[in-house]
Amino acid sequence: MRDVAVIGIGCTTFGEKWGTSFRDLFLEAGALALEDANLSGEGIDALYVGNMSAGRFVEQEHIGALIADYSGMASRHIPSTRVESACCSGGLAFRQAVIAVASGLEDVVVAAGVEKMTDVETSTSVDALAAAADREWEGFVGATFPGLYAMIANDYMHRYPLTREQLAQVAVKNHYNGARNPIAQFRSEITIDTVLRSSLVADPLRLFDCSPITDGAAAVILAPLERAREFTDAPVRVLATAQASDTIALHDRRDISTLDATVVAGRRALEMARLTPSEIDLVEVHDCFTIAEICAIEDLGFCRKGEGGRLTEEGETALGGRIPVNTSGGLKACGHPVGATGIKQVCEVVQQLRGDAGRRQVEGAEIGMTHNVGGTGASVAVHILGRA
Amino acid sequence: MTGIITYGAYIPRYRIRLEEIARVWGDNAQDIIGGLGVREKSLPDLDEDTATIAVEAARFALARRTVDPAEIGAVYVGSESHPYAVKPTACTVGEAIGATPVMTAADYEFACKAGTAGIQTCMGLVGAGMVRYGLAIGADVAQGAPSDALEYTAAAGGAAFLIGADDPIATIHRTVSFTTDTPDFWRREGQNYPRHGGRFTGDPGYFKHVQGAARLMFEQTGKSPKDYDYAVFHQPNAKFPQRVAEMLGFTPEQIRPGLVVPTLGNTYSGASMIGLAATLDIAKPGDRIFVTSFGSGAGSDSFDIEVTDAIESEAFKREGAPTVRQLLANPIYVDYAVYARHKGKIVMQ
Repeated sequence: MRDVAVIGIGCTTFGEKWGTSFRDLFLEAGALALEDANLSGEGIDALYVGNMSAGRFVEQEHIGALIADYSGMASRHIPSTRVESACCSGGLAFRQAVIAVASGLEDVVVAAGVEKMTDVETSTSVDALAAAADREWEGFVGATFPGLYAMIANDYMHRYPLTREQLAQVAVKNHYNGARNPIAQFRSEITIDTVLRSSLVADPLRLFDCSPITDGAAAVILAPLERAREFTDAPVRVLATAQASDTIALHDRRDISTLDATVVAGRRALEMARLTPSEIDLVEVHDCFTIAEICAIEDLGFCRKGEGGRLTEEGETALGGRIPVNTSGGLKACGHPVGATGIKQVCEVVQQLRGDAGRRQVEGAEIGMTHNVGGTGASVAVHILGRA
Repeated sequence: MTGIITYGAYIPRYRIRLEEIARVWGDNAQDIIGGLGVREKSLPDLDEDTATIAVEAARFALARRTVDPAEIGAVYVGSESHPYAVKPTACTVGEAIGATPVMTAADYEFACKAGTAGIQTCMGLVGAGMVRYGLAIGADVAQGAPSDALEYTAAAGGAAFLIGADDPIATIHRTVSFTTDTPDFWRREGQNYPRHGGRFTGDPGYFKHVQGAARLMFEQTGKSPKDYDYAVFHQPNAKFPQRVAEMLGFTPEQIRPGLVVPTLGNTYSGASMIGLAATLDIAKPGDRIFVTSFGSGAGSDSFDIEVTDAIESEAFKREGAPTVRQLLANPIYVDYAVYARHKGKIVMQ
């Protein structure tokens, strides 16, 4: 297999982008990535795009073709593939693109993610997202994602020493980072009180424990490492790509407070990169809810099970801490356009490794990890990136 | 010059506290009251509707000034809760005040700004010399679906403005409108309650249009907020008008007399007009008033108004009808069950 490098990144601002259509979102992100890689569309061999539910959100399917068409590549008839794995769609699109380049089948490849979620009412988007769980055994009996993650939180808090304030600190820290990220949906700092006083969504999760509904797109361009310097002075090498699956329904899991797919994908990625967690300088984890970040940092091996709350409270996951988590603001503050999130995570890590992250820069960052989850943990993608 | 000859407002006496609504739906009352800046809202009596409210407001307007009703050549009632889908409320009002039969009449609907659209129509008819007086009314018994966010503010009330050119109590120097096709809030034919696009009602709806009309007015007149003594904005809650006033450069003092929503609720088509009425209740000759309404769908009408000496003349008796503050005083509070009965929410058969 060939070594693969990221040679360009592009991300729209995230938010309620009422004036920007689905296709305009991915065109904007794609154009930014091409510009970043000093490329034009003619240089692209293939497209992979992560998208969860354009059919429900904007009544558009056949996204691969749409993107090839509107980015002007349909006339060259390049392969264009939509990848769907719920909220993990972006992470898997990136992995498919990595595999394509590593295999030698394709050379310069775009991995993108896009989701336009605010064209429908909240009830419709909640139901569309519920399709990431088991519809027959969870959705039809009323389980929503806040409800499922609330069950994880309740189970976790029953078994491990996690306080409500420690949980809130996840959101406080991510808002602090988001306030320093120009693309973030929420660019305001909050306090623990903001979280504790926000309305209850699904006990114990409150509004500020939950990631928002977001419009946004992100794109990265991959090339063989040996060719990377044709396009950029600051290539970032893909050190590992890993993916794992688990039961789609939460109740079928061995342990609902541990996402086994995260444990397995994390371990596989670290093995592939021949690294240990202590060698990772920053990580973007899938904090769709605050409890998800606590589980993720434990399941990825940054601390032992049950210690995530304390690690967060002590500032070890904040900028300047031992392992900065979600410097982008995470899903909570940067926003969560579900299909785009996994690609945005890669964009953030690449920016950090390039030293381009401005006021949220992790000093001397050499190696970063991304962790993207579908559903309540039925699919997980973990990637490790390093300065080339 | 065309202006306001007289005016009157009407608010039903019944109120329900937002705490009571929150109690029924299990919501956090303090969060809601804090978020909206509204503590209670009005509701109609069992036999009150948009037509009776419009008639009351019109009668109060005529109680303040002697006008031959036969000289009222146009009646427009703006509302989104006309009692009939087909059969004009304006005819009922015209008949009740003795303006029929030599008059034109129509009902208007433009969400919360149909009443100010009526003022503009009357200004046109008066300005063209087609009628001596035109009566424009904004009134609603506003609908909000049970447990919907709108239920906390949807209120009942209205105001009537007689428009003419003979010795107005306030001159309307100019009016401008800012209108787009924006689906922020709607109710389809046959539906009982309106629907809304969540926060889409904020930035792309209210703030874009209110600011659009206001800035257009500043552009055309060369005036700025400091040239006005008072300002009135559409008030679906207390936060929106306060925020838009600040964005445009008005002070809290300028909007205070016309900000009636905290103890009234959102009277939809009546909201900005009752705010204007409350401001005229305390205005002095020479006072300059800036008014901007907003209706979802969406549009805003701005008015540049100057109070004349006539407001203190013999011909106009401000005390001839209750002020808005008097209408808001001494309410009768009801619980949710009585509220549900008054609003016709209980299915009887």
